[in-house]
Amino acid sequence: MTNLLIAQNLCVDFTSRGEKIQAVKNLSFYLEHNQSLGIVGESGSGKSQTVLSIMGLLESNGKATGSVVFDNKEILDLDKKELNKIRGKKIGMVFQDPMSSLNPYISIGAQMSGVLFNHTSLNKKEIKEACIEMLDAVKIPNPQQRFDSYSFELSGGMRQRVMIASALLTKPKLLIADEPTTALDVTVQEQILDLILEMKERFSMSVILITHDLGVVARSCERVLVLKDGLEQETGGLNQIFYNPRAAYTKELLFKSKEIGVDTKPGETKRNKNNSVTTKIKNLTVCFPIPKQTFFSKQEHLVAVDDVSLDVYEGEILGVVGESGSGKSTLAKNILRLIQPTKGKIELFGETLSLLDKKQMKKTRKKMQVVFQDPFSSLNPRMTVFETLSEPLNSFYPGMNRDSIEKDVEAAILEVGLGVEFLGRYPHELSGGQCQRIAIARALMPKPQLLICDEAVSALDASIRSEIIELLLGIKQKRKLTMIFIAHDLAVVKKICDRVIVMKKGRVVESGDTKDVFYSPKEAYTKKLLDSVPVPDPDLEHEKYNKRRLARQAKKLVKRGA
Amino acid sequence: MRNKTSLMLDAWGALKQNKAALFSFATMLTMIFLVIFGPMLSPFMVDQTDWYQLSAKPSFASGHIFGTDDLGRDLFVRVMYGGRISLMVGLVATLVSVIIGVSYGAIAGYVGGKVDAIMMRAVDVLYAMPFLFFVILLMVFFGRSILLIFIAIGAVNWLDIARIVRGQTLNLKGKEFVDAARAGGVSTTKIVFRHIVPNLLGLVVVYVALTVPQVILVESFLSFLGLGVQEPMTSWGALVNQGAKQMETSPWMLVFPGLFLATTLFCFNFIGDGLRDALDPKDRTRQND
Repeated sequence: MTNLLIAQNLCVDFTSRGEKIQAVKNLSFYLEHNQSLGIVGESGSGKSQTVLSIMGLLESNGKATGSVVFDNKEILDLDKKELNKIRGKKIGMVFQDPMSSLNPYISIGAQMSGVLFNHTSLNKKEIKEACIEMLDAVKIPNPQQRFDSYSFELSGGMRQRVMIASALLTKPKLLIADEPTTALDVTVQEQILDLILEMKERFSMSVILITHDLGVVARSCERVLVLKDGLEQETGGLNQIFYNPRAAYTKELLFKSKEIGVDTKPGETKRNKNNSVTTKIKNLTVCFPIPKQTFFSKQEHLVAVDDVSLDVYEGEILGVVGESGSGKSTLAKNILRLIQPTKGKIELFGETLSLLDKKQMKKTRKKMQVVFQDPFSSLNPRMTVFETLSEPLNSFYPGMNRDSIEKDVEAAILEVGLGVEFLGRYPHELSGGQCQRIAIARALMPKPQLLICDEAVSALDASIRSEIIELLLGIKQKRKLTMIFIAHDLAVVKKICDRVIVMKKGRVVESGDTKDVFYSPKEAYTKKLLDSVPVPDPDLEHEKYNKRRLARQAKKLVKRGA
Repeated sequence: MRNKTSLMLDAWGALKQNKAALFSFATMLTMIFLVIFGPMLSPFMVDQTDWYQLSAKPSFASGHIFGTDDLGRDLFVRVMYGGRISLMVGLVATLVSVIIGVSYGAIAGYVGGKVDAIMMRAVDVLYAMPFLFFVILLMVFFGRSILLIFIAIGAVNWLDIARIVRGQTLNLKGKEFVDAARAGGVSTTKIVFRHIVPNLLGLVVVYVALTVPQVILVESFLSFLGLGVQEPMTSWGALVNQGAKQMETSPWMLVFPGLFLATTLFCFNFIGDGLRDALDPKDRTRQND
């Protein structure tokens, strides 16, 4: 069997401000027909640059050298015109962010048609039929109507389906998926990965899947290429990589992903039953008004949090899990009083938040702080680290003198594991992990008792994620904090939380000690959520995949029978 | 090394590296200095007619280094006097409209809801007023004065800025650093002026660089209609206007005021570009780390 794609001595160099940066170093790999290859690495490992160079999509200051043979043809040095005949037609690509890779001003039908219009000689009607057929293939309900909808009318998972559909329109021989599910919920991720596998079988193509998540690889790839700093660490079959890794880096990655993986035992509940309740939420409901269609139409509301009651005990870590849109962030913002509840009340350290006036509220704010998800947008790009860290001090302790502010800020930055040389820098000069450390330091400035982490580690790489979690746990121990840890990443929650609540569509579906919820979930939704987490264990994943496939087939048969 | 700096200090440091901006800045300063003290160097008055030198060519011998206009008035002195009016209108009217526009837009955008709706409808109402009608109305009520030109131009220009700033603020409001500041107990006013406004500066500076020239030209348009400065006082816009009419017979009457006007506009563009880059920490490369 000949190989579909052979890359030899592939190098990608970037020149920026006179400096030369090697993003990919002397990489050689191959891909057989009908095979799926997983390229694994952390951000900055050059995994995206590798495929971008194959597609000829490098930034203008980048240059690829070496050789890439696709379908018995050298494609690295092709000019744009020749390349356009291949990309889109013989190689399809799916990007990470389904929000930004679809143009919101053009209907998805028009966007999909563009591909066929450029690569085939079909007429308008035939193109439309082909598009609808493909939308149907990726299991979009009512493809006829969806053809005319716009991307913002679809959910993230639906958009990614549309992206896959348009990549598959020309029946490519190779589908490249660059972190296709990173921006999606676990349950949606499961569906999309299954879909890619199914399409691979159906159209007999090869797939290159780029990801940082070994669980995703275990679920959907046959061969694996591990990259670090642009260098190949190891390449081999799925079972060899997972059960018999050779390179030290692969072992490290595997260890880290297993460490926070679902098969570790959760920590014993450290919560002391006698501990006092720091936060008490009673029948909390939050509604957002939906913009009215016309002036006279009735005002409708979106219920983001629906009748939630819960207690948070002193010194515990409470995990809040759920898909996006389940209201977990809204809940956090309510506790922080960044939005007002529609109904219900929140008691914090014995004080009812809605009864406090502005001055008392400020006093209470000191006791609760927050760390947000996106490390870059949670720091003001125009403020230095010092200004960011000193701000809470200035607002909570007006009149504090400059020397003691400086002392506190320096102590805080050392506490989160950074040096004082960072104080004069701006956020864009820091990495994601460093930014998140600064955000944590800022939250600690007023010496809070309750720390809310709203997806605080979701945007970080696996190794940085475990560093930040270690940091948070260390600080929690030292300062005896109570934490509310909001995440969609079940593995992390399982590892660090004492108790968990599972939310769905604004309601609490299940709550209890972590051990109970994870090992003997009562609700079907919790079970489904737990099942959909990809585990870095190929055998287990295949077993799960086959189970799902059988279930789907059974469902289909039932439908047909009816 | 640890360095504690503020946005403004850092920006000044970066601006100093930008040769074009620095040169433009120096040129502007020279020009301002010249229009203030220049007329004192000349033996002629702004409204003084030299009967022997009507429409005379520039010459050092006669003392009319820029020549004279068709009424025999010294062009050098007139350009200097015109510069006072033009620069004053350009800078003051722009500054006033920027301060009002940015505060208004940022507050409307940040507070949102009903306040936003009321504030922006007020802007819409003002927008609907025809500019010329507005100016004529002011003239009728308060009589003609240079102050009214500032007011008229400023009153119209801040509307644009307010709208742009509001839109950008809505965008910034959703950023997590704003939520973090609220959780950090920072008051609304402080959030607007410490977090929102600095992030708007890039946009505003570009807008200012476009507005100053525009305002200078609007003033000349008003003067042309007889609503702006009146003879014997003058402005660059008015001088260019006159010069254009006699371009064929006495080109210097167009060239000199035009040169000053064009230089000013160039300078503002370079300063604007430089300021925008300097105020954005992302565009700076630091030497010390």
